[in-house]
Amino acid sequence: MGSSVATPPAPTPASSPPPRKGKDAVEGSATWRPADRIGLAICWALGLLFCAIAVAIVAYLFVQGIKFLKPEMLVTPASAGFSQGESGGFSDALFGTLIVATMGIALALPTGVGIAVWLVEYGRPTALARVTESTIESIAGIPSIVLALFGTVIFSSTALGFLSRSSEGVVFGRSFFAASAMLSLVALPLIVASTREGLSSIPRHVREASYAVGKTKAATTRRILLPASRPQVATGAMLGLGRIIGDTAIIIVLLGATQNFAPVEGASFPLNYLRGAGTTLTNFVYEASPTGNLNQPEKAYAAAFVLLLMVLALNGAVDVVHRRARKVGTWSS
Amino acid sequence: MEFLTTPPPPIRRLELEDPAPAQQAAPPAQTENGDGASAPGGFTGARRSIGAPQFSIRRMEIDHVSVSYSNRDAVKDVSLPVRQGEVLSLIGPSGCGKTTLLRSLNRLTELTSTAKLRGRILLDDVDISLIEPTLLRRRVTMVFQQPNPFPMSVFDNIAYVLREQGSRRQRKKTLEPAVHSALDRAGLFEEVKDNLDHPALKLSGGQQQRLCIARALAAEPEVLLLDEPCSALDPQSTQVIEDLIVKLRDDVAVVIVTHNLQQAYRIADHVAFMYLGDLVEYSSATALFGSPREQRTQEYVSGAFG
Repeated sequence: MGSSVATPPAPTPASSPPPRKGKDAVEGSATWRPADRIGLAICWALGLLFCAIAVAIVAYLFVQGIKFLKPEMLVTPASAGFSQGESGGFSDALFGTLIVATMGIALALPTGVGIAVWLVEYGRPTALARVTESTIESIAGIPSIVLALFGTVIFSSTALGFLSRSSEGVVFGRSFFAASAMLSLVALPLIVASTREGLSSIPRHVREASYAVGKTKAATTRRILLPASRPQVATGAMLGLGRIIGDTAIIIVLLGATQNFAPVEGASFPLNYLRGAGTTLTNFVYEASPTGNLNQPEKAYAAAFVLLLMVLALNGAVDVVHRRARKVGTWSS
Repeated sequence: MEFLTTPPPPIRRLELEDPAPAQQAAPPAQTENGDGASAPGGFTGARRSIGAPQFSIRRMEIDHVSVSYSNRDAVKDVSLPVRQGEVLSLIGPSGCGKTTLLRSLNRLTELTSTAKLRGRILLDDVDISLIEPTLLRRRVTMVFQQPNPFPMSVFDNIAYVLREQGSRRQRKKTLEPAVHSALDRAGLFEEVKDNLDHPALKLSGGQQQRLCIARALAAEPEVLLLDEPCSALDPQSTQVIEDLIVKLRDDVAVVIVTHNLQQAYRIADHVAFMYLGDLVEYSSATALFGSPREQRTQEYVSGAFG
């Protein structure tokens, strides 16, 4: 803001110094009590520390990843061999991650958005809505290994035998279907929470404006409310995808955690893979780390680097959605 | 760390300037008295920008309507006519029930589960509780206090109203004339015609509010409800919208809720003064502001409370 006054501001002895001009005029801490200044210093230090930790992780993985990642690893499946040079790459794990992420989010996103819409826009009967809310919150708190155990019970039942391998009436219960279904439960609470936040941030009068031109609640939700909360839905989906990609427990218990795809014989193309066992990058990293069965840390770094790139790409995608939304603008409050 | 070697600049104390100019900023002396209707209570300052109505047709009839939330009465036994060709203004202090009354005209009060309405509201002699709400709300549309365009382009904001529920069908081409005419009636077309794909939420506040009026008009309503449409706007945009409202009164019956007495005086043909849920006085604007019958009206209009 350009000042129209030619003379400089005149501080009187009693008043505090004039605020700095410009947007970032901040109150200095020079006049604070020592305890507050120490607190501020600790906040600063902790903030910097965590920045440093994050940068260290990313930088280290980048360095190691670039050093060890070879393009052929992305297209060769793992194979048995005596040295790291002979044991192939992790293409099956990479595709496994992609499959699990796609199927998991395909289940979780519509369900989560639907639940959020119901909770925010309808939410009746109130008692049922409250129960739903706390159920979803408790799902968010359940460790994924517990979900995985529960999944084995469900997917080993005879009725769901068509979702995995079965022989002589015994259902194996481990497949991409089973793992994705349970992984979608991991992502669901995040999507619900984020979508709810987006919907509730829309002012009430915007809904009423739509009703006031004769639109139904359904039309309003479909054409106004959901598009307006797209950034938050995207954020929720991204967080959910991150959790799906990053989960290991469910993969180990419910995907069989083989080193390669194990398609089911006698099923047609996509189904034979989806009903079969497999692996993902997280599982590969675990197995390839020094504690795992494969013990080939170089490939663990390479796979972890790929995983990191995927997560960074997701972050970028959400940024794009947010930036687009900013172009459309929002209501002044 | 380096210590400051140069001494800090001396504190400069500026001489206080002659205090006389400050008085110029004081509120201007009261100017002329409307169009001569001198109020005993001293209602001053506004000039009517509305002429006598050319005609007036009764469109809505509020018949002994009471609205209560839980156990609190918001509107108590109000009866009023709403006429096309005229602007009806509801005035009164905050919480007097004027917005509730306005919202009950297109059954928006029903969105509040605790609200209960007694009495009848007729639209062209049909009880509105018998009309399907979405149909009623296309015939009686509403503009809100906060400009609230939808987060899409200017064109789509109007097209949304014209399209079927939730549908995206009907091509841009077929909707174009209707969209243009709605924008035109709201006096916005000239300003946005080159850029109908512009995001509506990036328009100025006054333009946004006129877009909301255009949106309300696109449904081809019979009654237009305005809930303090100018309270979030600057004086210039307010002027533009007031002129627009005056122009619209021949096409639609206009009901406007306002906090701004001057505004009511400027643009309303009839004014209803409400206080604590009661309709205290209903008469023509000149009569209500010039020679109020009721003690309460007289006090409110002259600024004794409110």
